[in-house]
Amino acid sequence: MTGALGEEDRVRLAPGVMLRQDRVRNHWQLLGPERVLILDEVALEVVRAATAQPPVTVGAAIGALATQFDAPRDEIAADVLEVLADMIAKGFLTR
Amino acid sequence: MTFCGATTGIEPPLALLAELTHRCPLRCAYCSNPLALDPASRELDTAVWRRVLDEAADLGIIQVHFSGGEPTARKDLEALVAHATGAGLYANLITSAVLLDRARLERLRDAGLQHVQIGFQDTVPAKAEIISGFPGGQPKKLEVARAVTDAGMALTVNAIVQRHNIDRVDDFIDMALELKAGRIEIANVQYYGWALKNRAALMPTHEQLIRMDERVRARLPELTGRLVVDYVVPDYYAKRPKACMGGWGRKFLNVTPSGSVLPCHAAETIPGMTFDRVTERPLADIWANSAAFQRYRGTDWMPQPCRSCDQREIDWGGCRCQALALTGSADNTDPVCELSEHHGLLAGITATDGGTAEVPLTYRSFSL
Repeated sequence: MTGALGEEDRVRLAPGVMLRQDRVRNHWQLLGPERVLILDEVALEVVRAATAQPPVTVGAAIGALATQFDAPRDEIAADVLEVLADMIAKGFLTR
Repeated sequence: MTFCGATTGIEPPLALLAELTHRCPLRCAYCSNPLALDPASRELDTAVWRRVLDEAADLGIIQVHFSGGEPTARKDLEALVAHATGAGLYANLITSAVLLDRARLERLRDAGLQHVQIGFQDTVPAKAEIISGFPGGQPKKLEVARAVTDAGMALTVNAIVQRHNIDRVDDFIDMALELKAGRIEIANVQYYGWALKNRAALMPTHEQLIRMDERVRARLPELTGRLVVDYVVPDYYAKRPKACMGGWGRKFLNVTPSGSVLPCHAAETIPGMTFDRVTERPLADIWANSAAFQRYRGTDWMPQPCRSCDQREIDWGGCRCQALALTGSADNTDPVCELSEHHGLLAGITATDGGTAEVPLTYRSFSL
């Protein structure tokens, strides 16, 4: 639970958090207690990859995203870790 | 965010506060419900609530907060949670917890409930009982709180802070951690409704607030990623007003037990308002067009100094009910703002009511 998020960690949606498509506003969002986080296309795919079933490590999610977006793994790894760490800090994801 | 209609330019609301009942086993001195409560005989029935939930979802509402009074006093709560969830709404329960048990929590979870917020009057059981007027509440609340997280739902500890418990804010945070809550709301009592009667018995001193603020801020770094802290600074000691409800008629609507639709929980205290009812008009029409929502929506209603203020679309002029309670007119700038001509009133109130003196509490009573 302590220390920076690493590629060997696994993350999941925190209790009471759901991924939802908002058809009125035409975007995807993470909903939690008294909270809404609007996801752009990239953030949505990061959440989907990192919370895939069966559970995967963050490193595996980064690999999947690199393939999906045809992007160099080294270039996206830091960004993905940062996005996930921010969502953990805000209580949407948990390790 | 998109607009819900090019013709209105009004964004859809985010949240519905569904006040299912005013009945409540607690008698809290700080209750913010109005002085005149809806009797059980005037409560909306299950079928009407189902329709309201459908209309709310269609309107773009994302979260529904089942509240009261004590919403678990309604036997159809499970049915309403299931209906809300089926309509795509995120379901929250705002409760005192004293009527709940593990079996009912599991039924509510199975109906789709995501989040339970439990109000705590203190961390010391005997002191909590003095505020709530309800014997044996604290052990029950703790038992239910544990059952919430055991059942896999999110838990919020709502720490309702006033003069008698403000020095235990650290204990509230520790309690939330021990209960595995994901969130704590440190809610300084707002003096509306019944609570206004007890202001002199509840308002903390400025020194108490400063100490609390220092303690909360000192704890924040260690809580990141463990406990979300929502922290409502008490208005009476502030220099700029809060954006009450995120702005009147911008994000929230409130349906009372008897079906009136309010822009805020306390709007019925404002004289000269007429509120439409869910039994008489569709929710979308009420949101877009009703007189109550239009009255203080946006910036056109604003007097000076709000009208020309560069903060007018940040704080939206503050709180209408507070302007009413303190200045006598809801049309005034919230006197919490230091630019308000009435701001000096606050120093007088905090000098007379803010204290540590033993002022007797006036309990409310509206039993089940």
